[in-house]
Amino acid sequence: MAMLSFEQKYRVRGGTLIGGDLFDFWVGPFYVGFFGVTTILFSVLGTALIIYGAALQGVWNPWTINIAPPDLKYGLGLAPLQEGGIWQVVTVCALGAFVSWALRQAEISRKLGMGYHIPFAYGMAVFAYFTLVVIRPVLMGAWGHGFPYGILSHLDWVSNVGYQYLHFHYNPAHMLAVSFFFTTVLALSLHGSLVLSALNPPKGEPVKTAEHENTFYRDIIGYSIGTLGIHRLGLFLALNAGFWSAVCIVLSGPFWTRGWPEWWSWWLNLPIWR
Amino acid sequence: MIRLNLGTTIGLGVAVLAGLGVALTTFERPRPLAVQQGFRGTGMDQLYNPRLFDAVAAANVVPTPLPAAPATGPRAGQVYRNVQVLGHLSVGELARTMVAMTAWVAPQQGCNYCHVGANFADDSLYTKVVSRRMLQMVMHINSEQQAHVGATGVTCYTCHRGQPVPANTWSENPGPMRAAGFSASNAGQNLADPVVGGTSLPFDPFSAFLNTAPADIRVQGQAPLAGGNSHSIKQTEWTYGLMMHFSQALGVNCTFCHNSRSFSSWEESNPRRGIAWHGIRMVRDLNVNYVGPLQSVIPAAHRGPGGDALKVNCTTCHQGAYRPLLGASMLQDYPQLARPGP
Repeated sequence: MAMLSFEQKYRVRGGTLIGGDLFDFWVGPFYVGFFGVTTILFSVLGTALIIYGAALQGVWNPWTINIAPPDLKYGLGLAPLQEGGIWQVVTVCALGAFVSWALRQAEISRKLGMGYHIPFAYGMAVFAYFTLVVIRPVLMGAWGHGFPYGILSHLDWVSNVGYQYLHFHYNPAHMLAVSFFFTTVLALSLHGSLVLSALNPPKGEPVKTAEHENTFYRDIIGYSIGTLGIHRLGLFLALNAGFWSAVCIVLSGPFWTRGWPEWWSWWLNLPIWR
Repeated sequence: MIRLNLGTTIGLGVAVLAGLGVALTTFERPRPLAVQQGFRGTGMDQLYNPRLFDAVAAANVVPTPLPAAPATGPRAGQVYRNVQVLGHLSVGELARTMVAMTAWVAPQQGCNYCHVGANFADDSLYTKVVSRRMLQMVMHINSEQQAHVGATGVTCYTCHRGQPVPANTWSENPGPMRAAGFSASNAGQNLADPVVGGTSLPFDPFSAFLNTAPADIRVQGQAPLAGGNSHSIKQTEWTYGLMMHFSQALGVNCTFCHNSRSFSSWEESNPRRGIAWHGIRMVRDLNVNYVGPLQSVIPAAHRGPGGDALKVNCTTCHQGAYRPLLGASMLQDYPQLARPGP
């Protein structure tokens, strides 16, 4: 049942990566596909395990449910289910669901004849998660270095892991990631306010065009990146924010064990001003 | 295809090479050694680069103890003149303690670093006066400060490590001289000082917290929002500066003592935080009652730039190890230093 009158024409057959025609159908407005099925399976199993973990913990307050990774002593092996094993299976389910979702986005992109911008952008977020719970723990030699699944517990982990390096703001990749995050927000707010202004003229005036928008920015900063360019810039900024986030945490531990301020001693010790 | 001119190409090449050089030479490599200290998933872990262990072990080798001396026989105070602190020991024990102290503190200079050769009872060398006070300090630490040093205790070697002046001391540091006007003061911070781990935090937290009239270390409010807490961000940075020093001194990160979700909460802290609490009181005690007053005895050339005596902080004993000498006890071989004489 299409929700919009023109949606029918986007229902293009083919373009699947796997499964051929078998799952090439829609349920209501939703495309299913092979990866839609795997997304559902992984999501349901993972969610059920989180509920099981909450039951074991005896906590039903959503803020305090905590699915914690194993003790470091289990290294890169499997832990007993109640000693972090649930975290390990939930991690497999989460990655299965996230990757399935990205591949489903790829199939839809192929159906619509689009580029892969959307699965690539979403894939960057999945890559950052993969870095946190797989790449970094493997490099450090224990699944216990992954972060716990819980609204408050993962924040406590972030705080303590930051303080493991004394002052995380001195992490050079963290500096880049934070700068990209803020710049993303700045660009989006500039873009959003510009579009809203153009589309909501004072009473009695016509809606403004792209040329009007370009002129506005040429007036105030001497340059307009343009209607297409702003979206390319936004994608570039947002992807870099996610990418450098992944870099900043994979550096911390595998490639630096001391305080981040101390890392900068190479700069303080440059021969020109030492 | 964009064509770059020669200058731009060379400039980009140099920048790329410099970036690669920094990326490849300034980091460490896997796998680090991690020690879990809290419930799984809390991130309360200590991280170490195992390739640095040899250097730490080499810097914390304990000297071979001297053969024990008989405790019987006449007392040193009866045989020699002017033995004020160790007079209750036997003559043999006194001699052994003096030989050990020489090896710990003045191995190059020998007995005459403190004693006048012709008359060992003479107090005219300031070093002897200082040594006597330091002996009393060691006995005081081992008998009255066990809440921090435990049964492990300390000896002269814990700090001195074969040097007449311990390698790690502090004195009042007002910072570099500045021009007048708005730039006259850097407010005691922003120097990337090693004392505070190379951060911009205040570089002399010792005068503020580890000396007479110590400032309030606890700046965290006990109530939501401001809650009547008048501590400023500036005061908080002084506290963080001191905490950076603790971390540097012990070679540990913040989670060695604290659970950062609530720094002030004793219930959620590592039990070691209690030992550190006693350590802060101990260092203040030593600076106020033992080391600070020696200002009048020590020549100006051997005092700090501000004229005060070189004083004690955590690094003085710990020297980068979570326990001084990695927890080895020298006191058990020198029980004469465990308490003051009767």
